[in-house]
Order: sequence, then C-alpha cells, then structure tokens
Amino acid sequence: MNRFSAMMKMTAVRLSALYLLLFTVCAIGLVFYMTSLSVNLLTSQTEAAVNEEIESVGQSYQRAGIAGLVRSIERRGRQPGAYLYLVTDPAGRIVAGNVQSIEAGVLQTDGWIERPISYERYGENNDPEVHRAIARVIVMPNGIRVMVGRDLGEPEKIRLVVRRSLGAALGIMGIGAFLIWFFVGRRALHRIDEVSVASQRIMGGDLAGRLPVSGSGDEFDRLAANLNGMLARIQELNEGVRHVSDNIAHDLKTPLTRMHNRAESALANAKTTKAYRAALDGMIGDSDQLIRTFNAILMISRLESGYSSETMELLPLSTVVQDVFELYEPTAEDAGITFTLGSVDATPVRINRELVGQTISNLVDNAIKYAGGAEKPVEISLAVEKQDHMIRAIVTDNGPGIPPDQVDRATERFVRLEESRSQPGSGLGLSLAKAVMKLHGGTLELQDNAPGLRAVLAFPVGEETK
Amino acid sequence: MKILVIEDDREAARYLEKAFAEAGHSADVAGDGETGYTLAEQGSYDALIVDRMLPRRDGLSVVAALRAQGIDTPALILSALGQVDDRVTGLRAGGDDYLTKPYAFSELLARIEVLQRRASPKEAETVYRVGDLELDRLSHTAKRAGQGIILQPREFRLLEYLMRHSGQVVTRTMLLEHVWDYHFDPQTNVIDVHVSRLRGKIEKGFETPLLHTVRGAGYMLKAGGIDA
Repeated sequence: MNRFSAMMKMTAVRLSALYLLLFTVCAIGLVFYMTSLSVNLLTSQTEAAVNEEIESVGQSYQRAGIAGLVRSIERRGRQPGAYLYLVTDPAGRIVAGNVQSIEAGVLQTDGWIERPISYERYGENNDPEVHRAIARVIVMPNGIRVMVGRDLGEPEKIRLVVRRSLGAALGIMGIGAFLIWFFVGRRALHRIDEVSVASQRIMGGDLAGRLPVSGSGDEFDRLAANLNGMLARIQELNEGVRHVSDNIAHDLKTPLTRMHNRAESALANAKTTKAYRAALDGMIGDSDQLIRTFNAILMISRLESGYSSETMELLPLSTVVQDVFELYEPTAEDAGITFTLGSVDATPVRINRELVGQTISNLVDNAIKYAGGAEKPVEISLAVEKQDHMIRAIVTDNGPGIPPDQVDRATERFVRLEESRSQPGSGLGLSLAKAVMKLHGGTLELQDNAPGLRAVLAFPVGEETK
Repeated sequence: MKILVIEDDREAARYLEKAFAEAGHSADVAGDGETGYTLAEQGSYDALIVDRMLPRRDGLSVVAALRAQGIDTPALILSALGQVDDRVTGLRAGGDDYLTKPYAFSELLARIEVLQRRASPKEAETVYRVGDLELDRLSHTAKRAGQGIILQPREFRLLEYLMRHSGQVVTRTMLLEHVWDYHFDPQTNVIDVHVSRLRGKIEKGFETPLLHTVRGAGYMLKAGGIDA
C-alpha cells in the first residue's frame, strides 16, 4: 500500500490519471452527443412516417366515412410492423386498432405526443415488456379520436448498443491505463530506488561508486550519466584538495621542523648570545616563509572566488614592467645576470597594477632562481609587445626551461617541478600568475625559449584603447 | 606609546598586549567594536589597532565613526581577508595602514611606530638631517658632511623615506609600499640589494655607519649605533 501511495505521488502517474479522467469525460460527452443526434434523426423520420400514415388513414375517412376509417385501421393493424393504430369513441372506449392498452392520458391529448409513451399490443400477453413509442392523436369533430403512432424500438436499441459499447470501451481503457501506469510507474520506482541506494552508498564514503546506468538511454540514464559526471568532478576536486593538503602539509612541515630543530639545537649547543641570536634569526626566516605560503594560498583563493573589478585601472602595461625591471635590476646585476628591458609598447590596458606587478616580479624571480647557477652566462629579458589586440608582457630566460610535457602541470598549485623542493618557494607563483591572468581575461603561456623559458602574459586590449 | 588593540580573538589580543609591553609600549585591549569605539573616543591613545571583523560593530565602521567625530588617532586595520581591494576599502574608511593576517609582530610593531610618528610635524620639514647626512626635499639633493651624494630618483625616495622615519625600524614591505608603491611581499632580497647600494653611496668613505640592518625586522637609519 505504501508502494501504491508512493506511486500516486509520482508526477507521471498523477498526470496519466488526470489524462485518463479527462479523456473519459470527453469520450462520454462525444458519445452522448452522437447518440442524441442519431436518435433525433430517427425520431424525426418516425414522425414523418406517422404523418404519412395519418394522411392515408385520413384519405380512407374522406372516401368512406367513419366505417371506412375503422376498416382501414383494422386492416393496417393486422399487418406486422412498428405502427400503432387506435380509434376510440367519444366515451373513450377502444373501437378499433392494434393496441390493447396504453399509458393513461395519452388519448386525451390532441396532437403530437413527443415523449416516449408505453403501450401494449394485442397478442403480446406473454411478453411483459412495455414498448415505447411516439404517437399523434387526432380528435374528430364528432368526438372520435384516432391515434397513429410508431414504436421507438430501433432508436432505443441504438442508444442501448452505443451505451454498452461505450461502457465496455471505457472499462478496457481504464484497465489498460491502470496496467500501463502500474508497470511503468513500478519500473520508474525501481530505477529511483536503485539511484537512491547507490547515492546512499556514495554518501557513506564510497566516493569511487557511481549510479547504475541501464544502457537504454532514457531519461533515467541521462540523469544518472550527468550525476555520475558530477560525482567524477567532485572526486577529482576532492583528490585535488587532498593533493593540495598533502603539499601544504609538506610545505608547512618543513619550515616547522626546521624551526623546531633550530630551537632544540640552540638550547643544547648555543653558548653565546650570538649563537642564540643566529638561531632566533633563522627561526624568524622560517616563519616568514610560512607566512608567505599562507598569504599566497589566501590570495589565490580570493582571486579564484572573484575579485572586484573596481581595482582595475587603465594603465600602460609598460609602466608596471619598467617598475619590475627597475626593482630587480640591482639584484640581477649582483648575481652576474644580464638583465635587459626590450621594446616596451605603451598602449594602456585595464589592469590591477598591484596584481600584475606581483605576477611579473614572480616571473622574474623564478627566472633568477631557476636560470641562475648554470655554467653559461644567464640572460633574462623583459618586454611588452602589442599584437592582434593583445598586449603581451614577456619574460624570457636561457635557463633549463620547463619540459613540454610538464608545462600544464607547472601552473598547478604547489607543483614544483624539481621534486626535492630544494629551492625556496611555495610552488604557488605560477598558479598565482595563472589566477591573475584569468582575472584579467588574459592568458599565461609558458613557451620554449630554446633554451630557457619564455613566459607570456597576454592581456586583451579593451574597447577604449583599440 | 599607548596603544588600543580592538581584537576579539583573546589569544591574539593577549599576545599583542605582552609583545607591545616587551617593546616598551602599553596596550589596552577591547574585545568588541562597541567597547573599542567607546575607549578610542576618549582619545587618549597614540595608535589604534583595529581588527576588521569584530562582534557588535565591525572594525571599518569603528574607524569611520571615530573619523566622523574628528578623532584622528592613527589607526592600523588588521584583516584576515587580505588583498588589495580590502586595503583600499580599509584606507577609504579612514584607516592609516593596513596589515593582513597572518603577520609578523616585527612588521606590526614597525608600522605602528611609524604611524604614531606620522602624527608628528616632521612631515612638513623640507630638509631632513640624520647625523651629518642631509637631504633637501625641495632641491632633491643629498649631502653627507657637506659632500654631495649622487642618487638615482628611486634611491632618493628610498633615502627620503628612511630619513623621515629615522630612528624607527622600517620593514622591507614598508619600503616596497612607500618607495615603489607596490603592496606585495617581496619574495627575495630585492629590497636588500637596493638598500645595500644606497648604503654604499651614503657610507662609502665615512667612518660611522648610518643605515643599520635590524635582523629579522628591517632597517633603521640612525646616527650612532643601534642597540641590536
């Protein structure tokens, strides 16, 4: 019963019940309309026949008077057929005709009796059935009444047949609809049960689990396929989060362990104030690195969750590139790096100066960090170029570069291509750059500088400066 | 210096109270925005440290209300939200400086000391002097013991900032903010290299150092040695 009431709650079942009801009402209406039409037609035909009969009876009367009329009635009444004849004297006694008894009051009427009347014929005593007919009564001047009528058997039969077949049809239809809806609904219920069981299992921790797909390609399959896609995405994100937290754990654990060791060894070994001071300095450096990592994580999540466009200003990209160049020039010079500023296009673009400045300095920072230490002289260059409605800030170096198969991975969070993580850094620089470029509607491309890395920040030129 | 810390995180507030006391300042703590506003309104503080998210009344509206009252005690806004647009809204509400959590206490201390000094009239002086070092803001020249020093425009701004805050610790981020006008955290030692170049220019050939490195914090321009 629960199952039934659950089924009644299903939209499909409710709709089919409603359709069934509406269809039944319409069908009944239509059938009644059609039967009444055909019955009316038959009735008017009957009336015409009655009139014809009266006319010929009247002719007999005109030819031979009352006696002729009675004779004619007697003769006609003996013939088999649907006609009723009756003649009464002024006192109401039956004089002639083929009717034994008739509904009271009929003979008192003058003219058409439109409603069906019941009567009994002679010689039909063993048939208790009461016939129905329509008739016309004519009152003669001398008080004699003549009634001619016709049995309604035929139209009544039609009505009956139509109603019976309608009932049968409706019955079959109802049972069919019920069966269809029972099986379809049951199937739907079954599929839904499967889905809910599977989703409970997934909620219970089986994140690799998927909803069953029957392969029929119906709505349920499409729904299950979409939900499975969603589950796959969730799993992917979940794994991503796990990967990131592993990396966070690693990145935070390393400086924390180092701090711990420093403090411990200072306590155990340091004899002079200077040694204590050195240990404390080192610990401050480690905690600074921790803070940097945290800040970078926070910043990326803020950038990814959307950033106010209010902070954008129309500014030549070259001013930012020049700032960064000037900021890093002494550092590069001290490191023996050839640091050059190439052509700088001064077309203004809508940028967040802070974020772009930070991004470009991160790229220069990376170039110094990773290209340095090679045997050959290191060259790093900065440039701003305009091409095809794009303004590109380009940072190139001649260091080891990024292997082509690693380029996609390089911008993922916490991915550091040198597995040992020996160089200081959070592994967040390039993902930050990517997030910043996405915010600006631009792209970060990491190309092969043969040798080295060519990092291109491409900004779309706004309408106002085209 | 008397500092009011409006911070709802008790642990953090207690730590700040203790750390400021160790640095020779006294700090009062208010646990919510309303209390903080009432205390700050009395106006007897040299600086305010206001957390942005506070119970009962948020930090920005506390600062804005104080400014509307004509109370211009320097205020540093602390925020866990971070990032540039927050800083802009914070400064627009009347804050004087902005620091993102997590931060190093040395950074906060340096900024608060500089903020408090900002209220002093030094801003209006046209010539800064530290020992025998002299910087003329109008003619854009610098001299040490009467001897001219040739500086690049950026070096001049760097020296100007250091001299304006002579005797105070300035951190690397503060230098990047005020000399280069960028607010990110310099990843490597870029600022140090600029400072050491400037040091070379102002100290080369002179006996006494002026530009000191405060380990773990930043730099200080001061005639005579520093304690550290």
